[in-house]
Order: sequence, then C-alpha cells, then structure tokens
Amino acid sequence: MLNNTRPLDLVFQALSDPTRRVMVERLSRGPISVSDLARPLPMSLPAVMQHLQVLEASGLVRSEKTGRVRVCRIDAKALESAEDWFAGRRASWEQRFDRLGELLAGDDDTPPRARRKT
Amino acid sequence: MSGRSTQHDTFTIERRFPAAPERVFRAFADLDTKKKWFGCVPDWEVAEHTLDFRIGGREVVRVGPRGGTEHRNDTVYHDIVPNERIVWSYTMRLGDKPISVSLSTVELHGEGTGTRLLFTEQGVYLDGHDGTGERQRGTEDLLTNLERALS
Repeated sequence: MLNNTRPLDLVFQALSDPTRRVMVERLSRGPISVSDLARPLPMSLPAVMQHLQVLEASGLVRSEKTGRVRVCRIDAKALESAEDWFAGRRASWEQRFDRLGELLAGDDDTPPRARRKT
Repeated sequence: MSGRSTQHDTFTIERRFPAAPERVFRAFADLDTKKKWFGCVPDWEVAEHTLDFRIGGREVVRVGPRGGTEHRNDTVYHDIVPNERIVWSYTMRLGDKPISVSLSTVELHGEGTGTRLLFTEQGVYLDGHDGTGERQRGTEDLLTNLERALS
C-alpha cells in the first residue's frame, strides 16, 4: 500500500510527542499563526518553534511568512498517508496479531469443544 | 472526494506465538476465541459477528463507532487444513460502499513448543479508503489510533 515508508516514519516520529499532537489537532481545524499556536501551550516560543521544525521536517505541517506573521497549516497529503496506514489492512492485522499474541500468552482462550454452527 | 481508483497491494506479516499450532488454529476456528482478538477498534460496537468455519463457509463482521458508519467484513473460507493453513477472501464495506477486496492466507508452522504464523494478504483497495471526506474526524481517529499504538 505504501511505496515510500521513510516519510511515514518521520510522520509517526513527529506524532509520537503529545505537544506536537496537540499542535496537529489545532492545525487540523485550519491555518493559524505561530504565536496563536504557541499561546495555549505551556512552554516558551522557541520550544514551540522546535516542535514546529519537527512537524515541518515530517511534511505534516507547512509554514510561510506573510508580512511579519508566520502562518502554519496542515499538509493534508502527509496526514492522509498516515491515515492510509492506519486504515490499511496491514495496521489492522498487526494490531489483531498483537492481541492474538497476548491471548495465547495467557490461558484465556476457550478450551476445545464442539464446533458451533451459525 | 476522489474519483475512481484502484490500488493493489501484497504484504506479509510473520509472528511467533508461545502456543502450539492447534491453539493458534483454534483462535481462528472458534468464534468465541476469535471475538477476543479480531475486533478492530476497542470502543466500536459489534452489531454482528457470525462464523461458519468450513470450506465454503462464511463469516460476517459488522462493527462501527456508536452512531457512525458501519464497517462490514464479508469473508468466504476457501481452504482449511486444520492446524496448518487457512485461505479466505473478504470484502470490506464502509456503509454500502465496497472499499477493498482481499485474499488472505495463514500458514502455521510448529517451532518447538510454539508456532510461527505467516500471514499473506493480497488485495485491491477501491477509490481511496476515505469516502467520507471528513478530514478532521480522520485526524482525530488517527491520533486516537496512534495513542493506542504507542501505549
């Protein structure tokens, strides 16, 4: 499904941080200036800028300067590629086999019995 | 919303489980056991899960978020070799819209006291998966999934 996994690694890496997830959630509602993006966050502007750099490197977020204001927006394509991964069959099966492994590591699976007909 | 598209894909997943092939096989063959691991998203409601596990038999899974679009999974079993191999095909529907058709093969190999499972899936994905166009909800789902995957 994915021809190019490296950018996706960067996307997941970018999203592995709670602050950056808050930023992405905010940006998914529409473009916003860096200072507005930073305002609700409990950290300094330079710290926010660092998180922004990680998001930009992943391709998730783009920013451009208009006059004296830097405006950030989501790049839908990068987000779609991550969504495709989760919506894709591989992610579903990986998660299923995780659970199957947990089930088989315990003794919670049903003992043998007559097969049911439905 | 995008127009018509088809995307073909094949992938394999290999796992080792600390259980004999008989037990791993039973996790596919027995509905009560399968229900414990097969579900996609923990919070989703299961409207239906029926299984007729034999060659030519069918399985139906209907799930979805509360009040949301139903995800329907229709499976036909094509080959079953107890404790060794299962081959099935399935269609995924989002509402009434088919979003993928896949052929799946599970091969079980005993290794010591455990099992090596090889899962291969070949599929065609139709018109992109995201027929709803609800980008923001998609983002929230994505972040929820991610938190789960990382926790």
